[in-house]
Amino acid sequence: MTRHSVADVSGLPTSGFGATSPMWWGTMAFMAIEGMGFALGVASYLYLAFLAPEWPMAPPPDLIPGSLVTALLVVSVLPNHLLDRWTKAKDLKRVRFGLLLMSILGALPLVVRWFELGALNVNWDTNAYGSIVWLLLGLHTTHLLTDLVDTLVLAALMFTRHGRSGKRFSDVSDNAFYWDFVVGTWVVLYLVIYWFPRI
Amino acid sequence: MTSHPADMTKDLRDTDLDDPTLDGILARTWETPRGFYGWLATVDHKMVGRRYIVTAFVFLALAGLAALAMRLQLSVPENSLMGPDLYNQLFSMHGTTMMFLFAVPVMEAVAVYLVPLMVGTRNIAFPRLNAFSYWVYLFGGAMIWIAFAFNTGAENGWFSYVPLAGPEFSFGKRSDFWAQMVTFTEVSALAVAVSLIATIFKQRAPGMSLDRIPLFVWAMLVTSFAIMFAMPAVMISSTMLILDRLVGTQFFNPAEGGDPLLWQHLFWFFGHPEVYIIFIPATGMVSAIVPTFCQRPIFGYQALVLALIAIGFLSFGLWVHHMFATGLPQLGESFFTASSMLIAIPSGIQIFCWIATLWLGRPILKTPLLFVLGFIFTFVIGGLTGVMVASVPLDLQVHDTYFVVAHFHYVLIGGAVFPLLSAIYYWFPKISGRMLDERLGRWNFWLAVIGFNAAFFPMHLLGLEGMPRRVYTYPAASGWGEVNLFISLMSVVFAASFAVLGWNVVRSLRHGIVAGPNPWNAGTLEWAAPSPPPPYNFLRIPYASHREPLWNDRDSLPVVSGLRVDARELLSGSLAEATPELRESSVDNSIWPLLAAIATTAAFVGSIFTPSAVVWGGLLAAIPLIAWFWPKGNPEDEE
Repeated sequence: MTRHSVADVSGLPTSGFGATSPMWWGTMAFMAIEGMGFALGVASYLYLAFLAPEWPMAPPPDLIPGSLVTALLVVSVLPNHLLDRWTKAKDLKRVRFGLLLMSILGALPLVVRWFELGALNVNWDTNAYGSIVWLLLGLHTTHLLTDLVDTLVLAALMFTRHGRSGKRFSDVSDNAFYWDFVVGTWVVLYLVIYWFPRI
Repeated sequence: MTSHPADMTKDLRDTDLDDPTLDGILARTWETPRGFYGWLATVDHKMVGRRYIVTAFVFLALAGLAALAMRLQLSVPENSLMGPDLYNQLFSMHGTTMMFLFAVPVMEAVAVYLVPLMVGTRNIAFPRLNAFSYWVYLFGGAMIWIAFAFNTGAENGWFSYVPLAGPEFSFGKRSDFWAQMVTFTEVSALAVAVSLIATIFKQRAPGMSLDRIPLFVWAMLVTSFAIMFAMPAVMISSTMLILDRLVGTQFFNPAEGGDPLLWQHLFWFFGHPEVYIIFIPATGMVSAIVPTFCQRPIFGYQALVLALIAIGFLSFGLWVHHMFATGLPQLGESFFTASSMLIAIPSGIQIFCWIATLWLGRPILKTPLLFVLGFIFTFVIGGLTGVMVASVPLDLQVHDTYFVVAHFHYVLIGGAVFPLLSAIYYWFPKISGRMLDERLGRWNFWLAVIGFNAAFFPMHLLGLEGMPRRVYTYPAASGWGEVNLFISLMSVVFAASFAVLGWNVVRSLRHGIVAGPNPWNAGTLEWAAPSPPPPYNFLRIPYASHREPLWNDRDSLPVVSGLRVDARELLSGSLAEATPELRESSVDNSIWPLLAAIATTAAFVGSIFTPSAVVWGGLLAAIPLIAWFWPKGNPEDEE
């Protein structure tokens, strides 16, 4: 079979942001998977709560550490979006600064999370309530950790010669997008873990 | 690593190159180096897909042997060949292997091989993730079978119900190995699903708008979404199970506020879509094969696409029909009866579209089409018993009997394995370059259809007579001995059909008729590539002018030009219209996915024995994952 050319694609760019980039779709897909995991975790929490004669089956968790984590995460959304904007402008200097800042803002909630675990007022093996609360927190802490590692690696990468490639900017943008997801899921979990037992 | 010789011009395009020159350069850019290291490091979707298919068939053979051992035990009443403990492990390993290690992976495997070819691109999206998924799958499957060899295999059925699988009743590590096997296979299945979605959304050939996507590709898209939303449920529940067993959480312990039915809800929220995750690709295969052997376009393309999507959605609304015997509220049961019956509608639409296509065409009765006809016949029987057990009173009567065993084997073997065998005969020439033998194919077909129906149809009757499932023997006074003996003999006939397939494959690889690019005169793009396809798939990226481009453009294939050829580059386009947007680089071969899979395996297996493995295993796995991502200075990294 012979071939005839009907279009010339030589002028197309080699990287793009958002829905143009396949990696953005990959990130979306992983967020859908993990979001489903969170949704099922919350569903299990509510299922156990509705079965139990009394809920919570221990004193509710102390509000201060959890609320502090929430505040830190919500505040980090602003610099995160600034970073995203700098990324799309391919402003390498600011992107480097933004990544360093986001590394710190990613590490801080993890520090407070340590105290949060101590303030849950229940152990994972005390009862089913303790088990599901620890599962939800564990799931989210894993996300905080992996995104922090991802941010640190990207920060290091952007300080090398590889940082100038268009693809890397697109990676940083996807990472910022993913951080929004980590924050967004926490807001839901915060309401479930801290406020549901109080209503 | 692929070599990039210095004599190549940087940023060389395909525009002005003649075909032999282009072939030489593309082959060098996309090749997998010879030798063991190259074999381990390849990210070529065809090599990964091929080894996925072979591995899945090895697991099929193992699970098949487990089934034969069970049939040997059941062939006479009060048989003392094996005791209940081994029998429990055998049926658990059989079900676990068939569902987690054969049925889902083999469907994804065929897609890993075919989808990039069918959409006209050069490799799957995220090729390293795809390679990683294979190694994780292989290691997870090997783990559970090695555990079984050491008398530590799964023992509580493929669904591992608590409290039987919980810390009170399942001693030792058997259920922990089962739970981690789930983690392995789900990580792998999810990774493939993500790669397939990105490939189908972004890497379709220009011109391949949504309404020109081949139906098998549509089916894999719907399947991938079902995987994405179903598999997290089993990952969460198996994590809860292993936590209950290892660190004393109380998820399923009613004494401390837990609930065993939480397991069943989560498991079947995954487990029911799982059936459709297996069945939807099979219907996609049928929709690809029927038009070719009728030499006319499929009847009702839009209806078939909508039916696929409807099945995908509805499959999430049926899970409670596995739990009718657990004493749920009646309103809930009625709802799930209705939704279980509802899914028969899109399934029926598909069947009628295939029959209409056969009716309007001139069917060519080669082996692939024979298996499609065997599928329609067998699957309809399984579908009918499905509608029967969707009704609560009937389900309660036959629950946990051989009637249900008969039903789901009709659905799974009739509905998925026969289409898969059809697909093997249909696409083998593309993968190997040679045709499978037609005479052996007919033997294969008749032995399979007769052997299967003769072995499984009598199980309906045994079930109605009250023979329970999952028992290692039965009393002679039950009167079930003769039927069981007949079933066991027929299961040998069914197994023989697979031996014929194996012989046919081995023989045809050496002596089969050379196929050429399009031996069946099919219409979709995978048949535009040579058989077997070169590492780069297509010399030039095709332009899809039609739903069956090869039938529309019989003399000359429209293509696009302007892609870079000295580095791995492919086209990425818009979701709906596939309008080209990017010249997207595609990553080179890498050993890091394998090393990451090894580290992941250490973490998963370690966590069966100590919770600390989650910490050190996580750190261990982070190293290869970072190395995998870190640019190595290839031209692909610098775009």
